[in-house]
Formats: sequence, structure tokens, C-alpha cells
Amino acid sequence: MAAETSTRLVRIRRGLALPLLLLVAWEASGRLDLMDPRFLPAIEDVVRTAKREIIDNGLTGQLGASLLRNIAGFLIGCALGVSFGTLVAVTRLGDRLIMPTFNGLKQISLLAWIPLISVWFGFAEQAKVVFVALAAFIPIALNTYDGIKDAPAELVEVGRALRFRPWQRITKIYLPSALPTIATGIHLGLIYSWLATIGAEYFLAVGPGIGGLVIAGRERFDMALVMVGVIILGLVGFALNRLAGAAEARLLRWRA
Amino acid sequence: MATYLELSGHENITNWRRFLRGRFFSLSALLLPMFLIALWWLASARGWLPEQILPEPTYVLQTGRDMIASGELLYHAAVSLRRVIFGFAIGAVLGLALGIAMGLSARFEDYVKPTFLAFAQIPTLGWIPLLMLLVGIEETLKIIIIAKGALVPITLNTFSGIRSVPGKYVEVGKALRFSRWQTLRLIVLPGAIPSIFTGIRYGLTHAWTSLVGVELLASSEGLGYLLVWGRQMFWLDTVIIAMIVIGLIGFAMDKGLNGSEVFIQRWKKEGL
Repeated sequence: MAAETSTRLVRIRRGLALPLLLLVAWEASGRLDLMDPRFLPAIEDVVRTAKREIIDNGLTGQLGASLLRNIAGFLIGCALGVSFGTLVAVTRLGDRLIMPTFNGLKQISLLAWIPLISVWFGFAEQAKVVFVALAAFIPIALNTYDGIKDAPAELVEVGRALRFRPWQRITKIYLPSALPTIATGIHLGLIYSWLATIGAEYFLAVGPGIGGLVIAGRERFDMALVMVGVIILGLVGFALNRLAGAAEARLLRWRA
Repeated sequence: MATYLELSGHENITNWRRFLRGRFFSLSALLLPMFLIALWWLASARGWLPEQILPEPTYVLQTGRDMIASGELLYHAAVSLRRVIFGFAIGAVLGLALGIAMGLSARFEDYVKPTFLAFAQIPTLGWIPLLMLLVGIEETLKIIIIAKGALVPITLNTFSGIRSVPGKYVEVGKALRFSRWQTLRLIVLPGAIPSIFTGIRYGLTHAWTSLVGVELLASSEGLGYLLVWGRQMFWLDTVIIAMIVIGLIGFAMDKGLNGSEVFIQRWKKEGL
């Protein structure tokens, strides 16, 4: 036990070494004027900018706006993705008719949809939510489809023997057996939807949001502001990832 | 029920039916696209939607032909491909080195992995504005962003691939008095190859997505630029052509890697 904690301590100490070194180098370069502060602002500057943005410029509101459109898009994409994946997987016609087209369309890199979406839906909230929903939809639909296709034949057979109705078959057999794969899809969907939120805010730069903040910082050549924005982007991504992991574990607890 | 009857005899008929069904289904894959294109054509021919929102399919086809004939499309595709190849190569080499180093040395892992993971949390798109300030909007920016996109999945998958090689195999190497290099080349790397390949595939996909992102934000040539430019001019035909080419190249790269994966791992099948 003691040995275990001491190796953990060693690992933590080692893990902190590099970040500390970087921080020291950063601070030193600020003190000694090694780097142009326009490129690498001092740590205090970044902290001051963060404070200013939070207190005076409503950073939390911007963050809220980003999160809200992220969640709205994700929920829409998730609901559509699970139902689309299920329907296509359980009906042979859907499988044969629709899946090849879907597989073709998903080859188009996600960000390449933005110009088309902006023509069809404008630059406002609607377009962003549509794009985020699309980002969540693709992995979720794909994983739902795969999960249902992989449902064990014996289980499907049982459903047939018990004369389940189609709806019962879906809710009692297909979906539960596909749940782990669907959970993976939802996890991916959550990550992609955050990426898409950032992308949407970059390219459809109307309205509040963290992505817009970063772009504004770049246009004003305000490195401190860009850094604050990028750190927030990373933190939110990290939190969403953790949340998805925890939700996945909880959702699949009954299988253990 | 019918299937049971068929199985009880008449092999030929069943096979013939299966053949027909296979033909029908491979054709059926085209039904939806054909239907969509027909609908698209009808919608634009009848003027249900203005041309700026949905140009006629024949018009898009014509634009595509023109862009191929003038060499414009090829030019932009070549620019994008060159960027991806350079960026991906740099990201792959760095990712493999980093993944192998972290996989082989627990000490190196302890020192580097937490920081690496922290940097990996920030999405590639997040890095673009920051790097724009640091290195400008020229080629360097694109190469760095694409390399970063490839780096993260390749590093992580190489790392986990090496860690998943069973300790027993390494023991065997020790018993055979393999040198460190032999252990790496004959035991660790072959064991890690499937996972490394997964990483390379994800890496290439990420590199391609990153390319589109960086070209949308800052570029004067390339497929992403074609998208932005077409959007600004309201030339939806150009936008659609660029999307199709982006999809086709992405698809071809993934298929190509898939093929090389099968080729490199052909010993696996022979072994079994």
C-alpha cells in the first residue's frame, strides 16, 4: 500500500515537472524580455485579461451561449441519430436504400458543410445549431446502426419466438443490446459537437460565444485574450469528455 | 417461412434468386441518390428555390467540367494534397517517436504524458487563431495545424499499442537474448502494429479535417479556399464541387490506407 502511494507520488511529481518548467520559462521570458510580449504576453497579463473578461465583459455569458448551442445541437443530433440509426438498421429496405448514401455523404469532412449551411440557414443561431446537430448526428447514427446490426442472433430469435411486435423488438432487444456501442457514439458525438460549436462560432461569427471571442482576439492582435479563450475551449472540451465518460459508465453499470 | 422451403431443395433456384437479389440491392443503393438528384433537378427546374440557394444539377455538372478542363480544380486539390502530405508526414513521424518513447519508457511517460494530454485537450481548431498570431497565415501555419491534427491520435494509439504487447512475449525475447533493437523490431513493433495503424488512419482523417478548417480560415488557394470563395460569391455550384472533391479525396485516402494495412498485415492471416 505504502509502495503504491509512493509510486503515485513519484508519478504526480514527474507529471508536474514539465508544466512547471514551461511556466517558469514563460515567466522568465516575460521578466527578461526574451520574447516580444505581443507574441508571448506575461502570465499576469493573461490573468488580468481573464479577470477583465469575466468581470467587465461578461465572459460567463459568452460561455453560456456557447454551451447552450452546443447542448441544443447535441440533443437534436442525438435524438435524430439514434432514431435514424435504429430505423435504418432494423428495416432491410432502409439498410439497402439509405445506408450507402449516408456512407457516401459522411465522407465529406464536417467543416466543409459550413459554407452550404450558411447559405441555407444564414449566419445566426439556427445555422450554428444545425451544424452542431449534424456533427453529433453522424457518429451517433453510425454507432447506433453498428450496434443494432451486431445484436446477437439468438436474442433476435428469442424476440421472434415471443412474437414481439416491431416496437417491442426495438425497445426490448435491439436497443439494450446496442447500448454500449450507442454510448460510444454519444461520447464521440459530444466531442464532435463541441468541435462543431467552435467551428460554427469561427465561421458564422455572429452573436456571442467563446469561438467568436477567440476570433476577435486574433483580429485585435490580443494574444492574452486568445490564450484565455483557447484555455477555456480546452477546459470545456475536457469537462465534456469527462462527463460523457462518467455518463457512459453509469449507463452501462447494469451490464457489469 | 419461405426461406426454409427454399433451403430444402432447388439449390439452383435459390442461388439464382440470391444473385438477382444481390443485383437488385447493389442497384438499390443508387435509388436514393437518383431520387434525390431527380428531386433536386425538379426543385430547381420548377424554381421552387432560388438559384443562389440551389443551383441546377446540370449547372453544377457543367461547372465541374469547366473547372476540371481549366485545371483549376486540379490545382486547388494539388495544393491541399501537398499540405496534407507534408503536415501528415511531420505529424506521423513525431507521433510515432513520441508514442514509442512513451510506450517503452515508463519514466518518459510519467514526465511527458500529462502535459501532452493537456495540450491534446485543446481542439485543433482552437490552435488556429493562436498560431495565426505566432506564425502568420502562410504555409507554416497550415503545416503545423495539420501535423498537430495527425500527431495526437498517432501518439496515443502507438502508445497504447506498445503497452498492449503481452509481457510474456518480451520475456521470450529476453530468453532468446535479443538485443534491445531486436526486441523492438521483432516483438514490440509487430505486436503494436494494428493499433499503430488505427492511429495512422485516425491521424490521416484528422489531418484532412484540419486542412479544411485551416483553409477555411486562412488561405488563398486549396479546396477549403474554394469553399469560402464560392460561398462569398454565392457560387453554390463551386461550393458543391469543392465538397464533393473533399469527400472523394478523404474517401480515397482512407481506402488506400485500409489497403496498405491489409497488405502490411498479411502475415497475420498466413500465420493462422
